[in-house]
Amino acid sequence: MRVNVTVNGEQRQADDVWEGESLLFMLRERLGLPGSKNACEQGECGSCTVYLDDVPVCSCLVAAGQAQDRSVRTVEGLASGDSLDPVQEAFVEAGAVQCGFCTPGLVVAAHDLLERVPSPSDPEIREALAGNLCRCTGYEKIMDAVRLAAGRR
Amino acid sequence: MDFLRPTTLAEALAVKAERPDAVPIAGGTDVMVELNFDHRRPAALLDLTRIDELRTWSDGDELRIGSGVPYVRIIEELGAQLPGLAMASRTVGSPQIRNRGTVGGNLGAASPAGDTHPVLLASDAVIEVASVRGTRMIEADDFYVGVKRNSLEPDELITAIHLAPAAGPQQFSKVGTRNAMVIAVCSFALSLHPGEKRVGAAVGSAAPTPRRARDAEEFLNHALDFDNPRPLLDSVKREFGELVSQAASPIDDVRGSAAYRKHALAVMARRTLGWTWQEFLTEEQACA
Repeated sequence: MRVNVTVNGEQRQADDVWEGESLLFMLRERLGLPGSKNACEQGECGSCTVYLDDVPVCSCLVAAGQAQDRSVRTVEGLASGDSLDPVQEAFVEAGAVQCGFCTPGLVVAAHDLLERVPSPSDPEIREALAGNLCRCTGYEKIMDAVRLAAGRR
Repeated sequence: MDFLRPTTLAEALAVKAERPDAVPIAGGTDVMVELNFDHRRPAALLDLTRIDELRTWSDGDELRIGSGVPYVRIIEELGAQLPGLAMASRTVGSPQIRNRGTVGGNLGAASPAGDTHPVLLASDAVIEVASVRGTRMIEADDFYVGVKRNSLEPDELITAIHLAPAAGPQQFSKVGTRNAMVIAVCSFALSLHPGEKRVGAAVGSAAPTPRRARDAEEFLNHALDFDNPRPLLDSVKREFGELVSQAASPIDDVRGSAAYRKHALAVMARRTLGWTWQEFLTEEQACA
């Protein structure tokens, strides 16, 4: 089937989409957006987190067809031109990136948190990032990055 | 595979009548996992996310919550009226999952471990299901019929949940290995119904279906004095915990042993009884 969807502000069209395919697969394999990562494919790890109509979701759990006529914003859509989003900057500066596989999902989840709660408490940060697994950092540098980004907004 | 995208409930019911093999999908948090892992290859997916009627809730003597209202909205919009359901919703998955997952999906999957089931049972919820043949109201107690089986007919869709706003304190408790992204090892819900001088109590993830703890409810209905509430005796809490534990028939599996589940249920029952009764006492004293 064909899916028409707005991705990062651009009207996109994907063809030959399998009806049981996930939004994540369509983004990565058909629309050339490999930023969202495919790790668990069951909503456990959050690596595939994207905004769907401004709400963060696991794109592996959204059927591609459900995104028809909707708006998706991926990690690729956070930066404006060459300048990174403050959350992305903070992840780099705080050393919150090691292997980097979880980073796109964490960046989107942290971005959403700061949109809703500009100065989150530590428990609020932990709660907001509870759906994103990182096996490298031990999360402390990620906490630092979110606090840093919040301070700069 | 076909991807069916009705935009009204009437259209969805017509499609479901014609294609009873179509698998409904809303938040996708269960259905997509089965598809991603090739555990299921349905002939068609029936996308319910474009049907606005399913995504609204309405007030009245009782609340009617559309089956497609996601957990995040139950927490944010209905927490004051349905504290038990909101508590259970808060324990579902992660923010990403709560943004998508729905009580309708919990009911459709009918997993014995589904987080909202014990609350629906303890709060006397009624499930509204519809087909082109008409609408049926099914008491939560009659809805769960086996492991991952519910009483839906192949042409029916779950349209709403009806339940009364909490008339007394409610609690939900769940055991898992961490605070997020956890499928319940076992869970327990307790609702006090002071107006009717009775309680609702139900266990999750500890039997082939979620189920009420009837003997435990009966015991409390006699043991609790709603007219002249006094602090509870430890013996009452212990007996209640024991009866809740007896209501379960758990198995050993990857998440926990049967013996552990029985023990944990008794602990959760004692604690939630303590919390709800204390809340009731405090409210009564404030009114007196």
